[in-house]
Amino acid sequence: MIDIYKSLVEIVGDEHVSTGKEELYFYARDPGLMPAHEPDYVVAPETTEEVQKIVKLANKEKIPIVPMGAGMSLTGLIIPLKGGIVIDLKRMRKILEVNEKARYAIVEGGTSQGALKAYLDRNYPNLRHSIPDAPPTVTIAANVAIHGQGRLTQQYGFNSDMVSGLEVVLPTGEIAKIGSCSMSPSWFSKGPTLPDLSGLFLGWLGTTGIMTKVGLKLYPKKKMRDVELFVTDREDLIPEILFRLTHTEMVEDITAWFQAKPLIFQGNHHVTLYITGDTDEELEFKRKMVWDSLKEFRDSKDGGFMWILPAMKPTFLDMPQRSVTTFADVKKGGGFEYSGPIALIEKYPVLARKLVELGAKFKVAYSGMARVIGRSHAMMFGIAFTFNRADPDMMERVRKALHEGITFAFDQGGIPWKPTVEEQKMAMERMDPNTLKLMKMIKENLDPNGIMNPGNWKVA
Amino acid sequence: MYTLKFDENLCATCQTSDCLVKCQFMDMESEAAHREMMKIVKGEYSSVLHDCKTCYACEEYCPRGNHPFYLITERREEKGMLTASRAITNQWINMCEPQGKYKVGEIKEKALSCCFIGELRRFARGKLFEDLRSSYILGPEFFCEVVYLHFAKPSIIKERLPKVIENIKQLGIKQLICMHDECYGSFTSLAPAYGMEVPFEPIHYFEYLFEKLTDLKGQIRPLKMKAAYQRPCSSRLSPDKYHFVGKIFDLIGVEMVKREYQEENALCCGEVLRMVAGYEVANEVQKKNIDDMVLSKAEYCVFNCPYCEMALSEKVSKKGIKPIHIIDLCKMAIGEK
Repeated sequence: MIDIYKSLVEIVGDEHVSTGKEELYFYARDPGLMPAHEPDYVVAPETTEEVQKIVKLANKEKIPIVPMGAGMSLTGLIIPLKGGIVIDLKRMRKILEVNEKARYAIVEGGTSQGALKAYLDRNYPNLRHSIPDAPPTVTIAANVAIHGQGRLTQQYGFNSDMVSGLEVVLPTGEIAKIGSCSMSPSWFSKGPTLPDLSGLFLGWLGTTGIMTKVGLKLYPKKKMRDVELFVTDREDLIPEILFRLTHTEMVEDITAWFQAKPLIFQGNHHVTLYITGDTDEELEFKRKMVWDSLKEFRDSKDGGFMWILPAMKPTFLDMPQRSVTTFADVKKGGGFEYSGPIALIEKYPVLARKLVELGAKFKVAYSGMARVIGRSHAMMFGIAFTFNRADPDMMERVRKALHEGITFAFDQGGIPWKPTVEEQKMAMERMDPNTLKLMKMIKENLDPNGIMNPGNWKVA
Repeated sequence: MYTLKFDENLCATCQTSDCLVKCQFMDMESEAAHREMMKIVKGEYSSVLHDCKTCYACEEYCPRGNHPFYLITERREEKGMLTASRAITNQWINMCEPQGKYKVGEIKEKALSCCFIGELRRFARGKLFEDLRSSYILGPEFFCEVVYLHFAKPSIIKERLPKVIENIKQLGIKQLICMHDECYGSFTSLAPAYGMEVPFEPIHYFEYLFEKLTDLKGQIRPLKMKAAYQRPCSSRLSPDKYHFVGKIFDLIGVEMVKREYQEENALCCGEVLRMVAGYEVANEVQKKNIDDMVLSKAEYCVFNCPYCEMALSEKVSKKGIKPIHIIDLCKMAIGEK
């Protein structure tokens, strides 16, 4: 019988393989609510070739593999449900290329959002990427693998829409290049005008391959950036407010949010929107367009712009927004989880009311946040709860609240984002049978031994 | 329940109707102004109730001290007329609700009121405050409530201000130096107008600063600078204290530049107007005001209210004018800044 540990050491060196209790404990869990499950091995490769060798070994020996970035999805997507090998990609963090004129970057599969942001800030101050509101350690590859969103999502869609090419180690160990890079040295398109194969990997939660390189579109970074906050006490107006704001085509990121505490936020819905410009004139022109777009609501007194004091501005302008962590620990004990169904913006009022109802029903602290995706094409509606990890009863109530919340969102026509295994099952129960059949066909062909992140997107 | 003490006869017999004639946001002749004011007095609808931008200036313009702005505010609330949106109004009401999160120092009979503005606590340092720094109150329990005039919510003032006064009384404070002139206006104008007894002596911090600077005269190095003074809306509730600005400037060697928008004709910082009247009005007021400062060749813009400072600092800086709070200016004169 082959010695897996020894084989892994031969691939990556003994410093980068572990079966130690501490590592197995750490890699058994994420910060969310899902039950922990330990892997058998943790390995941290540095090159695509090392990833390839690990995958070939695992495929041959039929050992489960879980690719991992920072492990911050909160929904248990990197928990090794069947044990096996967790492949921690964080050592693969090189920024391989930035094409300034074509506005794209090529990064390795473990490159963090923060590293790319810092690199661009230092070397390409006119370029930026769509950074998500997550800790800066989260990785670009994992974010696109779960169809993450970020600060440019209102303008350009899901972060996965901004992928401009992929290098993937398939479950059988072959390396596949996806997009323009499959036949050109340039990574400017993830598919078009070729058959778009990126859909075989984006959104599959690491069940169809391991992204070892990602091409990512970059966007203009204006010299100035400011924030406005529109406040209304009528959740039923939010869809129209968002529609009008997106119509201006003047706004960068737009989120609508509400929470019961602190008192200043009670009873209101807040729309945070960002404007950018290279000159005062550009910025003020955009501000005027934004204010004018909501004149009807201002005149009727149904809503108004809040004065954001200078001391508050850095909090709002922060990318990623660190203040989110304040809410995440409001109950102390460090528990925070949310479901983020993608739904039509017109569903904001019913989803918001449902969240308030869940907070009261299960006696848990809630926060609601909707990020606009595209020009009001959809939204990610975050059903978020905070809890004390030392309080099992509170954790159970949060689980129930999340379950009821996501069920309700599905009933309203929503689809899941970075779903837990349970939410994946719920989604698949509602899917068209032929869609499921197609998913199964793809999965079985790409991963004949079922080694990739088993338990996730498992079509019965 | 407290009610506004407003003398209808004073209004009816007024020969000038300065309250509205002098208004910077309405264009009204004396006769029309009198007519509109009398409608307000009688509780009828007046266009003034719609057009008033809540700059407070008519409180100063009224030569008879008859509180026209408080009356406008009362009538607006009676008629359910909002100035800002419901959401913003409620946000302010919620934000300043006492929740037991106040700070009280080692209270002496003489104490500093930092209102609900942490920045004011930071100002209270150095020789100017060495005897009093530790004797202070700060927090919503001591918030002067004047801001609700902007939002046409005198009911909140009537509900909360007596409790604030009682909180201060309970601490045994005999003399309260108000670091925010809104507080001073609250205790010397608003409370009496509603028949609320104030069982301590409110002292405007300008007066306090002037006395301290006089004591420290030997340490003053004249600053030899030209400055524009930014009058806040709330100073309209205590116009009798305005002369201290000139006295303080004289003492520390600051020349107050002559400009169109000063003294009675001063323009407010405009930022509250943004919430209650829209960005067009706010931008216009701010532009006129700052252009006037530039024209007058002011090197500094001296602030009284921390919120005016927040509203205008960046904007005046972009025009090459340095923003500074008057307390920091005084500290500079005695070599502390």
